[in-house]
Amino acid sequence: MILQTIWFFLWGLLWAIFFMTDGFDFGVGTLYPVLGKSEEDKRAMINSIGPFWDGNEVWLITAGGVTFAAFPKVYAVMFSSLYTPLLLILFALILRGVAFEFRGQIENQGWKRIWDLCIFIGSFVPALLFGVAFANIFRGIPFDGQGIYHGNILMLLNPYGVLGGLLFLLLFMLHGANWLAMKTEGDLHERVTALAQKIWLVLVPVAVIFLVASAFATRLYDNYIKNPAFVLVIAISVISLLIVKFFLARREYFKAWCSSALTIVSCTFFGIIGLFPVLFPSLIDSKYHLTAFNDSSSPMTLTIMLGVVVIFIPVVIGYQMWTYKLFQGRLSKEEMEY
Amino acid sequence: MDPVFLSRLQFAVATMFHFLFVPLTLGLSIIIAWMETQYARTGDKVYLQMTKFWGKLFLINFAVGVVTGITLEFQFGTNWSRYSEYVGDVFGSLLAIEASVAFFLESTFIGIWIFGWKKLSAKAHAGVMWLVAIAGNFSAVWILTANGFMQHPVGYTIRNGRAEMSNFFEVLFNKFGLLEIAHVLPSACLLAAFFVMGISAWHLLKKQHIDFFHRSFKIALVFGLVASLLTGFTGDLHGTHVAEVQPAKLAAMEAHWETKSSAPIIMFAIPDEDSGKNLIEIGSIPGLLSFLGFHDFNATVRGINDFPADERPPVLITFAAFRIMVGLGTLFIILMVYGWFRREKLMESPLFLKIMLFSIPLPYIAIEMGWVVAEVGRQPWIVYGLMKTSEAVSPIAGYQVMISLIAFIVIYGLLGGVGYYLIAKNAVKGPLPVKIHVKN
Ligand code: HDD
Ligand code: HEM
Ligand code: HEM
Repeated sequence: MILQTIWFFLWGLLWAIFFMTDGFDFGVGTLYPVLGKSEEDKRAMINSIGPFWDGNEVWLITAGGVTFAAFPKVYAVMFSSLYTPLLLILFALILRGVAFEFRGQIENQGWKRIWDLCIFIGSFVPALLFGVAFANIFRGIPFDGQGIYHGNILMLLNPYGVLGGLLFLLLFMLHGANWLAMKTEGDLHERVTALAQKIWLVLVPVAVIFLVASAFATRLYDNYIKNPAFVLVIAISVISLLIVKFFLARREYFKAWCSSALTIVSCTFFGIIGLFPVLFPSLIDSKYHLTAFNDSSSPMTLTIMLGVVVIFIPVVIGYQMWTYKLFQGRLSKEEMEY
Repeated sequence: MDPVFLSRLQFAVATMFHFLFVPLTLGLSIIIAWMETQYARTGDKVYLQMTKFWGKLFLINFAVGVVTGITLEFQFGTNWSRYSEYVGDVFGSLLAIEASVAFFLESTFIGIWIFGWKKLSAKAHAGVMWLVAIAGNFSAVWILTANGFMQHPVGYTIRNGRAEMSNFFEVLFNKFGLLEIAHVLPSACLLAAFFVMGISAWHLLKKQHIDFFHRSFKIALVFGLVASLLTGFTGDLHGTHVAEVQPAKLAAMEAHWETKSSAPIIMFAIPDEDSGKNLIEIGSIPGLLSFLGFHDFNATVRGINDFPADERPPVLITFAAFRIMVGLGTLFIILMVYGWFRREKLMESPLFLKIMLFSIPLPYIAIEMGWVVAEVGRQPWIVYGLMKTSEAVSPIAGYQVMISLIAFIVIYGLLGGVGYYLIAKNAVKGPLPVKIHVKN
């Protein structure tokens, strides 16, 4: 029981770290067509995330891998029932990944424009679709006891799903804007900070609607009613979102970025705690729910994997923090080339 | 539209495409790390130039390798969900460990390597490349261990209707997996060495940047010589293990239909699966198959007709792929040994240089054929002896797989085209002058 509970929350934590880290990359990529007016702007935006995005993406691979290792049936049913949206996300990520590498290879406007588009698609689509997918997971997915999915991709675009997509998209845009505000200077910097404020103004009502809608569309609040102490997580997500505005106004962008990171993590945990112990709820019947207790790997595998994760994830976090430190501060002139 | 067939096709397209880029990443990362170390040690600018030139080609290749890997990680869930449920306890953990101990290292440090020229000392920067190289090869170790489990499952018990881990060390030290590692890593170095030698040969033939490419060629030659011998040696070991644990695959590799003692090796044949024999056989060496498989000229080797009809792998493909791989492997050894004796006289050996230039694709072919032997020869099993491929597929509609398969082919086709175009373009451009601007 205890092992499975630990793994449930580790599973949530890995997704949360993925959203927190790759989230600002997605945000920067989504803002790219809006803010990238000149070639310098674009170069600055790309180089601001250049050293990080690849390492950040591995959190997704790890989240996927850990789902496979700790909850094989969830991995199997989740990814086969979300077949089309998942492949759309993966194809988008492919475009983003190669775009960063290919774009600068040929000095030609048309060539660059193709990869500019790919950077946008590769950031916008995953940001939106991860939101849609997770909102639908909160709500429940129509699959039966055999793990067979009874639905189609359009059913994922129900109002709550779309709301979730919008929420993720805006969160990542805000997070990305905070990152850029921290990394850039001059005209681009001014435009970013102005835009961050606007995104925040749109995000707040969407977040409120999402929290309210969750009460009707999902059963997430059941756990909070049972254990009111957890309401703290919701409080943190609301407060940290409000604080973003405060730091933006004071031009303290690093702190603003940390606050939006906290918002993303606590929002993810809002859902994870609400789901517990279910990882993948069935909309057809609650007896088909895949939970941490009835669908985990064997205690032996869970123990071995726990050892691996407890040793290596802190190491990874350690050297990734070192990377952030190595490349901290505003981009210098030298770093503008590649 | 049969989801099993389409999923197999899609998986084959996705992995084989991924593996066009993987071996170059594995081998070239080591070669570049070595070059950069020489620069850090001696301060010789040519080594820095080499690091940058080959590094640029490396990065383009690496980008495609990374993005095509991500789809694979999820394809077990999307297309092989029954399989994932059944062996996730063992198999999933290997993938998760791979990500947490290898991919993080590789992806984080490659970012530092690209952007960190002015932030790190020359030694530290070379150290970063070593980390990238080690991490990449370490990731291969894990995924090959996972594949080894599918080829020859060990360390598990069947419980709760699935394969659960019973002995982690048995899974880790599975002989099949170890042999795959021992065979694939040198074959990747071999491929990278041919890549470097081929491109160098092109410039040498044009008589440009002679010092730069002569030195690059010689570095790669050492790698290639060692790697070609190792590849052949471990391949032979691998063959005897296959003979022991996957007799049906061995029989298919050799188009060996009837069980008999002192079984021959047939150099060339046209196997016919319907009639269960070879239509044409040329060059049969008696007893050799028994010897190669069991190191005994009189050993009995089981033939394909001895296996139930629904447990026979496709013979023609397995046989042909094996012939091509081994034939090329032999050719590589000959080329490398010859090259070794001509290494100081390359400029007087235009024919050899030309051969090396046109040999660039050959290791790619050999390596893909190797996977075809391993994977097609394993059929109809997805996990040898435990689960059939047809039982492993996700309960999804054929049309969905059809659409994604087409998307894979289109996107990968474009990706591969652009990737190789850029590699070729940069390769032809030759090295650029460098200024030493590394922080010291
Ligand atoms: C023998 C080596 C080998 C083999 C058989 C495979 N891979 Fe691979 N993979 C690598 C060797 C590698 C690598 C050398 O580590 C790569 C290639 C290019 C790169 O950048 O890293 C990589 C990249 C790579 C990535 C991206 C990692 C990143 O972002 O750094 C993923 C998720 C996978 N692979 C997953 C797979 C899966 C699920 C496979 C099985 C079907 C597979 N690979 C076969
Ligand atoms: C990267 C190198 C690899 C290549 C080129 C490769 C090639 C192939 C090919 C050609 C097939 C189709 C065989 C057929 O359907 O007849 C296949 C199937 C498969 N392979 Fe591999 N493979 C590789 C690595 C792996 C690894 C490392 C794993 C597991 C860890 C793996 C797991 C599978 C699975 C699950 C299938 C699907 C079932 C099937 O069609 O047989 N492969 N692979
Ligand atoms: C020189 C003689 C060679 C021999 C005797 C040999 C032998 C073998 C054997 C027996 C297998 C089958 C393993 C299985 O069924 O799983 C294999 C697989 C393979 N071979 Fe070779 N091989 C040779 C050369 C090469 C070369 C030159 C390359 C590539 C450059 C190569 C790449 C591979 C790969 C990628 C695999 C699949 C992975 C694996 O199962 O290890 N081989 N080889």
